[in-house]
Amino acid sequence: MKPFAYHQPDQIPAAAKLLASIDDSKLVAGGMTLIPTLKQRLASPVALVDLSRLGSLKGITDDGATITIGAMTPHAVVASSKLVQTKIPGLAALASMIGDPAVRSRGTIGGSVANNDPAADYPAGVLGLGATVITSTREIAADKFFLGLFETALQPGEIITAIRFPVPLKAGYAKFKAPASRYALVGVFVAKFADGVRVAVTGAGPGVFRVPPMEAALSGNFDASAIAAIKIDNDGLTSDIHAEADYRAHLVTVMAKRAVDAALS
Amino acid sequence: MGNVIGIGAAPKRKEDQRFLTGRGNYVSDIKRPGMTAGVFVRSPHGHAVLRGIDKSAALASPGVIAVLTGDDVADDGLGSLPCGWGISDAKGVPMKEPPFPMLAQDKVRFVGDMVAFVVAETPEQANAGAELLKIDYEVLPSVVGVLEAVRPDAPQLFDDVPNNICCDWELGDKAAVESAFKKAAHVAKLSLVNNRLIGNPMEPRAAIAEYEPGTDRFTLWTTSQFPHVVRFLMGALVLNIPQHKLRVVAPDVGGGFGVKQFHYGEEAVITWAAKRVRRPVKWVASRSEGYVSDRHGRDHVTEAELALDETGKFLAFRVNTLANMGGYLSTFGPNIPTNLYGPLLGGVYTTPAIYCNVKVVFTNTVPVDAYRGAGRPEATFVLERIVDVAASEMGIDRVEIRRRNMIPKEAYPYQTPVLVQYDSGDPVGCLDGALVAADVKNFGVRKAASASKGKFRGLGYSTYVEACGLAPSRFAGRLGARGGLYESATVRVHPTGQVTVMIGTHNHGQGHETTFAQIVSDKLGVAFENVDIVFGDTDRVQFGMGTYGSRSLVVGGAALSKATDKVIVKGKKIAAHLLEASEADIQFEAGKFSVAGTDRIKTFEEIAGAAYVPHNYPLEVLEPGLEEQAYYDPVNFTYPGGCHIAEVEVDPETGTVTLVNYTAVDDVGTVINPMIVEGQLHGGIVQGVGQALFENAVYDEGSGQLLSGSLMDYCMPRADHLPMMKVATHSTLCTHTPMGVKGCGEVGTIGSPAAVINAVVDALSHLGVTHVDMPATPNRIWRLLQNASLPVAAE
Repeated sequence: MKPFAYHQPDQIPAAAKLLASIDDSKLVAGGMTLIPTLKQRLASPVALVDLSRLGSLKGITDDGATITIGAMTPHAVVASSKLVQTKIPGLAALASMIGDPAVRSRGTIGGSVANNDPAADYPAGVLGLGATVITSTREIAADKFFLGLFETALQPGEIITAIRFPVPLKAGYAKFKAPASRYALVGVFVAKFADGVRVAVTGAGPGVFRVPPMEAALSGNFDASAIAAIKIDNDGLTSDIHAEADYRAHLVTVMAKRAVDAALS
Repeated sequence: MGNVIGIGAAPKRKEDQRFLTGRGNYVSDIKRPGMTAGVFVRSPHGHAVLRGIDKSAALASPGVIAVLTGDDVADDGLGSLPCGWGISDAKGVPMKEPPFPMLAQDKVRFVGDMVAFVVAETPEQANAGAELLKIDYEVLPSVVGVLEAVRPDAPQLFDDVPNNICCDWELGDKAAVESAFKKAAHVAKLSLVNNRLIGNPMEPRAAIAEYEPGTDRFTLWTTSQFPHVVRFLMGALVLNIPQHKLRVVAPDVGGGFGVKQFHYGEEAVITWAAKRVRRPVKWVASRSEGYVSDRHGRDHVTEAELALDETGKFLAFRVNTLANMGGYLSTFGPNIPTNLYGPLLGGVYTTPAIYCNVKVVFTNTVPVDAYRGAGRPEATFVLERIVDVAASEMGIDRVEIRRRNMIPKEAYPYQTPVLVQYDSGDPVGCLDGALVAADVKNFGVRKAASASKGKFRGLGYSTYVEACGLAPSRFAGRLGARGGLYESATVRVHPTGQVTVMIGTHNHGQGHETTFAQIVSDKLGVAFENVDIVFGDTDRVQFGMGTYGSRSLVVGGAALSKATDKVIVKGKKIAAHLLEASEADIQFEAGKFSVAGTDRIKTFEEIAGAAYVPHNYPLEVLEPGLEEQAYYDPVNFTYPGGCHIAEVEVDPETGTVTLVNYTAVDDVGTVINPMIVEGQLHGGIVQGVGQALFENAVYDEGSGQLLSGSLMDYCMPRADHLPMMKVATHSTLCTHTPMGVKGCGEVGTIGSPAAVINAVVDALSHLGVTHVDMPATPNRIWRLLQNASLPVAAE
């Protein structure tokens, strides 16, 4: 690890100001990706701005038709939240499948969404539910937020403060864990709303994506059998030492079916 | 006063008190006054010419004390890292043995090859300095696979090693095998890959070295399984330090599995650097560094053929293997795929003719050496897989074909056609025990239950034998060992009757402090808590060859048993004097010396006291004191074995293999502590399951980059991958070790991969699948099912 300055502001504007005023500064939320990167000397920011003292970024609120989860809420809190378990059980299930207990108690939803790792779980939940990413300056629809490999619509200095999830009629997540890392080799989030179904896939490609043919089929018949024959194209999917692209494509269908089953169970 | 806890009891482990309360003393816990920090700069290329290194910016970096390179090694006239075994080809031509410099000179040959060592005040400053080194590489194409490395147009690692072949080794009667194949009713053939593994002990390697100018003495603290061997190899052969001027300490070590049983270049560089900078130097490897520098294991490509008569009797076995050595010869490297492989190809069967050819091949990868099992898991895997293939092709039940070929209990001692003679064993007894324990007769019910869920269930057998207790020195010497393989122990009885044992093996998780104390407690009748075991320090322990090859109890325990017997012999002499009886009339039992047929006794404590306060003592014929030492060189290997039965469920939708049941019935000879034996079997089995289902070291051909270089990409087995295991022993006693012990450290790792893969193949056999290479990952199984000759559907 190389030396860096460390700031722990207690107000969002102060955090934003630090971020804007120090070149090459970085936000740290749970640090699950950033700290290992620093330890390996692969990143060397001049300063870290730690969000852990921003109490307003923690917690889960019930807004009726939506629930809002503060950016600094750890995965374990989401997984064990009675509110999330009642209103969007698929999202609580997703949070319970992230990493291991240590990761779930440190890692945060805001950190995960901002990092947009192509194999992270939360992007599938955020996109699958059509959530809204709330930042220090604006609100961004999930469909406009995830731009590709580790890339998001966030501007320099912009801080995610919360994610607002519409409450679906039904939702489920199915994840095929990469055996070593326990990231999603393929993870599929399926959510059924009054006006249609959304299907979001993580792990399979360079970033989270939706599957319109599955959404159309499930909107007509919300049952796993409706999508059993839908194959997605291998093109653009990831091939690595753990899984080849055609296997990932196959798993998208299998996991989508299982996500529907989970949503219905 | 505590109690005697003897052989066969299962006390909790003595050493766990300190480990479980955070009071262990590992190398990285040690701090020395004035200590500096060292960092190794390693090659990022698989293969490159080292044109030059510009140290100037690094040396000018804050806190940097020294930067050492291969040129400095050459200037100081230091030696190359030695190989402990010299094998030869069929004509007696010695293996090619290119130098292995402790810091690269002229060329780098694998990603991780050490190029420079930077010493600074702090680890951060050493890292910062290391990043400023300007190293000029001329990158060459790498070759990482053995099949590719032996092609005529392959990149050549060494100018004087044509086709990268270190040695073309063979064993067995080639002509007898050829003639048996001509008479065979059936020939089974199998091509397989034994996947490369990375040991990943929990504690990464680390070392500290210190030089005392006043005494001209060096001390090296290192994460080693054999400190005395490091003292010899490094002192005598690399750094030219006389043995009496070098102390090597291996304190608590957090797991070894073979990874820490080699003399590593890091040890030599650090010790050398400590004298150059005149301050202690410490280095602790990161996990990532371990991946590219800890010696790897396995990595074979094999073609095997088994000849059978019409009844399924094995007539001959022929095996041709290409074994990966990596970029250089490590300490035991060439011994593993040859002497620890070929002689085990007889297995538990009466196969009369066996021939094995192994081409030992250099590649641009981390050097390959012993990893738990070392050669024997590879042999077992080839044999137990091809037995299943033959059974399937001939329509003979897999258990039945094994029974027809097993060595009957009465036939021991049994001379195999591949050098080794098994002293004892009962393969049929282990098989029968395992069949019952695994509830094989109800497997059909469980298979039907799986099928109703759309899953394929399979059962796999591995009936195996291994050779451990390394090793009879004379035998090993004939095979190319350059050192002895005996062990030593000193039993020091204190004036108050407590005992300290100094032993040359090394405890790094095996529970020696408990097992060895039980042996002493049992034999001398002293309380278990009054026996301490000292190991891992060349200044405290007389000598030793260390811990590997399941040898600690078999060879070290035998030395301890002999030394303890000598204490009893001397105690009887003292007792005879004190009790005014003839020595022949003195009996020793349960801690008491008595005159036979009388109630006249002296306790062990009284005898110890008399030995150290010799007022009434036969000083004319007997020295005072009560301390005895023994060296033990085994007359043969020991041959533990057994039967492992794995049961798996395959999800055809995703290709996931789940191990649902595992049963092992093993013959490990006398059991000293059944809890520790069970733990060794559990751990060994898990490592074998890891190889079968999860672990794979993958290199990129061409660049030589390790693609599985972290725990994110290299899958270690975890608790949730495993079922509760059924482990039992069915022991015959070793006929030549003092206590009848055979060793149990590696059996689990040796028996299990074949059992698991045989189960996977069984689960998929209805689809025409005949073999699965390891690891049987979901992607690999799914691919097999895509290409299966029969349609995939639950039965």
